[in-house]
Amino acid sequence: MITGFIALYIFMLAAFTGYEVISRVPVILHTPLMSGSNFVHGIVLVGTMVALGHAHGPLELAIGFVGVILAAGNAVGGYVVTERMLEMFKSSKGD
Amino acid sequence: MNPAIQACYFVAAVLFIVGLKSMSSPKTARKGVIWAGAGMLVATLATFFYGGMDHYILMIVAILIGGVGAWYSGRKVAMTDMPQMVALYNGMGGGAAACIAGVELFSGEVQAGSIGFLVLAVVGAFIGAVSFSGSLIAFAKLQGWMKKALRISGQHLINGGLLVIALVLGALIMALASLSWALIFAFFAFSLVLGVLVTMPIGGADMPVVISLYNAMTGLAVAFEGFAIGNPAMIIAGTLVGAAGSLLTSLMAKAMNRSLANVLFSGFGADEGAQSEGPQGEMKSMDPSDAGISMAYSSHVIIVPGYGMAVAQAQHKLWEFVQLLQKHDVDVKFAIHPVAGRMPGHMNVLLAEAGVPYDMIFDLEEVNDEFATADYSLVIGANDVVNPAARTNKSSPIYGMPILNVDKTQNALVIKRGRGTGFSGVENELFFAENTNMVFGDAKDVCAKMVAAIKDL
Repeated sequence: MITGFIALYIFMLAAFTGYEVISRVPVILHTPLMSGSNFVHGIVLVGTMVALGHAHGPLELAIGFVGVILAAGNAVGGYVVTERMLEMFKSSKGD
Repeated sequence: MNPAIQACYFVAAVLFIVGLKSMSSPKTARKGVIWAGAGMLVATLATFFYGGMDHYILMIVAILIGGVGAWYSGRKVAMTDMPQMVALYNGMGGGAAACIAGVELFSGEVQAGSIGFLVLAVVGAFIGAVSFSGSLIAFAKLQGWMKKALRISGQHLINGGLLVIALVLGALIMALASLSWALIFAFFAFSLVLGVLVTMPIGGADMPVVISLYNAMTGLAVAFEGFAIGNPAMIIAGTLVGAAGSLLTSLMAKAMNRSLANVLFSGFGADEGAQSEGPQGEMKSMDPSDAGISMAYSSHVIIVPGYGMAVAQAQHKLWEFVQLLQKHDVDVKFAIHPVAGRMPGHMNVLLAEAGVPYDMIFDLEEVNDEFATADYSLVIGANDVVNPAARTNKSSPIYGMPILNVDKTQNALVIKRGRGTGFSGVENELFFAENTNMVFGDAKDVCAKMVAAIKDL
């Protein structure tokens, strides 16, 4: 388990990384940023899998099951639309 | 957790960071999403070996249901409908985060643990649930299932009340630290209703801010739940998205010169206080073929697309027209306002779909000084983002919003379906200006006529 201040350090460093990685945002990048980051939080899938895996009783099972469906939708859908959009981006120098 | 799985999560986190970094250049953006995708795959596969888990069949069935459904819908959706799909997938992520908290709370496990984890689980559940129901409403609105921006009187009071109730219920769950089903159910119910009611009154033009905000919120919810269940991949990925998404949200709000609170809580366009001094004069209209030919004989044209282009699906015809202009040695640029369309980057997607290379597309800051030297600017389905009242009229609801300086070009051409006002209900004095000509008609038809006219030259 990650506890107390270690957790806080991770949070702080990841927040700065997120902010710095995207320091300047030209308008052309709003699309990948929007839809790519939408895909990245699809990582919630691993959490829902663990939750479902440890669930007891019908209520927990049902919530966990729905959670995994939703998370898989987020991850897969986010990936597919991001890929499709970025595939179209090209420069006039042709690459 | 076994060290091999820890290592996989670590690799996934690195891949997410590298992926997101690559997405900050159009050249490497596609590679970036593939990196991030690889990270997702590694983390997901590793989780199957987490240990102490049951219900593998249910898990795989759920992954297949969600995954196949999303794969299919994501493949099939038209580029014009991207904003609502992004909203939908984002909402699902928020809902999933809330589900994790649901399982943890109903099992009573977090209540038994340390208070810190309980607080994070509850706060994450609240954010995730609001993001879930809010994104679904945004989806329904963009999909056209919900036409009107619904405003109930006393909306602020109701929303404020709901917020307080949801927070009190959440606090009770933390304070009692015991298992009460009714309490947990009520907490989730109020959070979900709050998301619905907050999103209902928000108009279409504010959607880029809202979608981006819910994206950041889902990221945060995922990070909080990651803390609560001790999953470092979720903490890092969620926080990354939370930070990047907040940056994008504040950028969007700034591009409208409004605070986030103003976007979320003001009934924009509901009170028309400043309608007394509308612009005076006549709109001059011009025939599409005249417009097309005039631009073909000029040397520098800037095109400003807006949501109207998306509605009319005019991007392909527009690009055909632009290519013809380029054959006549006209220097053509696209100028994109950050909040044009219904999600951040909406116009880029449509232009890219038509085949416009991204190095012809420019930011407001990059291109705004060029309007003064351009021969023509062509506004296609945009309105408020080119309204000079934002600069001059203090009583205008859009006052202070940075706009594209179309009014400073020598000749402005505006393609517009009718004579009505924009989303904000404000008359646009640009349309009445001396150097502006209106080209009335459906954007796609107008582009087709302009193409035909140049081909006949």
